[in-house]
Amino acid sequence: MSSVAARDPRPCFDVQAARREFPILQRMVHGKPLAYLDNGASAQRPSAVIDAVDDYERRHHANIHRGVHTLSQEATALYEGARDSLVRFINARSRHELVFVRGTTEAINLVAQSFARPLLKAGDEVLITHLEHHANIVPWQIVCEQTGAKLRVVPMDANGEIHVESAEALFSQRTRLFACAHVSNALGTVLPVRRLVAAAKARGIVTLVDGAQAVAHAAVDVQELGCDFYAFSGHKMFAPTGIGVLYGREALLERMPPWQGGGDMILTVSFEKTTYNALPYKFEAGTPNISGAVGLGAAVEFLRGLDLKAAHAHEHALLEYSTRILGGLDYLRIIGTASAKASLVSFVVAGVHPHDLGTILDQDGIAIRTGHHCAMPVMEFFKVPATARASFAFYNTFEEIDRLAAAIARARSLLT
Amino acid sequence: MDIKDLYRDVILDHNRRPRNFGPLEPADVSVEGFNPLCGDRLTLRLRMADGKIADIRFDGQGCAISTASASLMTEAVKGLTRPQALELFDRVHRLLTDDSASPEDLGKLAALSGVREFPVRVKCASLCWHTLASALHSPAAGDLPAVSTE
Repeated sequence: MSSVAARDPRPCFDVQAARREFPILQRMVHGKPLAYLDNGASAQRPSAVIDAVDDYERRHHANIHRGVHTLSQEATALYEGARDSLVRFINARSRHELVFVRGTTEAINLVAQSFARPLLKAGDEVLITHLEHHANIVPWQIVCEQTGAKLRVVPMDANGEIHVESAEALFSQRTRLFACAHVSNALGTVLPVRRLVAAAKARGIVTLVDGAQAVAHAAVDVQELGCDFYAFSGHKMFAPTGIGVLYGREALLERMPPWQGGGDMILTVSFEKTTYNALPYKFEAGTPNISGAVGLGAAVEFLRGLDLKAAHAHEHALLEYSTRILGGLDYLRIIGTASAKASLVSFVVAGVHPHDLGTILDQDGIAIRTGHHCAMPVMEFFKVPATARASFAFYNTFEEIDRLAAAIARARSLLT
Repeated sequence: MDIKDLYRDVILDHNRRPRNFGPLEPADVSVEGFNPLCGDRLTLRLRMADGKIADIRFDGQGCAISTASASLMTEAVKGLTRPQALELFDRVHRLLTDDSASPEDLGKLAALSGVREFPVRVKCASLCWHTLASALHSPAAGDLPAVSTE
């Protein structure tokens, strides 16, 4: 095991200060300090988010966009204020382009049903990649079944990388839509999204980027990426569950029919004819997750208050360190060795099933994800039933990685 | 709660050296079990004679709990009649899920009692038993659709 002194000296990100912002990190699990290494599944919330939600619930809650009373106005201002924060966060052109949804999954389903379904004809093609999360596979399979379109898949190389040329080879006259992850949840691969999108756009193909794993780890600028749609979830970027965002280019959202009908998405309703509300409300039928949106807005403001460059550098150092330490165990195989990776390591340990490893690590207070990561085609590709995955946030430490490596060694000596 | 309550020596031994592991040819019944939570897959093959389980073998891939449970199960049910094996299924199922169930008279299968302290792992231990029940409820021969613990 490397000593502290052997680690790369890293500039000036105060991890301990960051940790103090997250109350849950003080918790003990089975008598050991929690080492939370499952941020890819869901990240923890800072006090700023917890307090914002608490304050909303205690002082400001009412339904939005309706009442003329004080609370309704306050709730509306908080909800719409969160939207404005998010517009700035991803550099959308306007608040018309930012639709609140339950999460990435709902965002992709919305695009599949509202954008793709009316567009696709039998024989058209939807293109995805091999490393997608099920949420970026199944909605397209459903819409392909509904329309007679074909789902095609850009292959992945042995490192878990997706090459622009591989996508280009599959773009055809019939390709109507290209959807890909920004970052692979199972492998950590950062896809060359800007170039993939540019290649698709050059052929007039509409693009959707699944940003669920990206938003917490990189500054996302949707205009710079150039994609038509970008989807992400709040809970993977330190906000509550049940709230997320669909960014869509206004011209496209404008053309799309509503996907759910109900209150708030209408202008006028009579039994003969309903006229729909303006963007983004056309896509926000019913009373939304107001407190979730408030929490997401608070998470964005929290991130703006951080030195994100230093935070991301720290995450990268964690990736390098864990790759070195875990990669040094001769019985451990890292799954996903792309040259550009987000801060997560997926691996298998010879003689130790990931599920057993997860249970044994939990007894040491270490939380990792084990399983197929909702990416069964990726597991199939690497010929493993499941992997263990340690996924880091800027509040994780090198000591936690040392604990992880030591616990893996103990698990192996117990089971083999 | 100690990790050794779950990974008892009997479990560790049957995981390292699973008994009755591999194909069975010919088999009267072949049933596949699948746990979508962890990706565990198990194929159970039985040969029946005179209303008894004359031979039983399993293969597939799974965690230590799943592998050991299947290995222990094949040892325990070989030679049992269908009703006897189904009764044992009920007892083991209770052992895995009911804190008051006694491991008495269960022999080596008593080692599975530690699993109930780890609720997310109960399905690992019960997959092979559900697969067995499905096999025993089937016509004596022929493949069946996969069963699932979900």
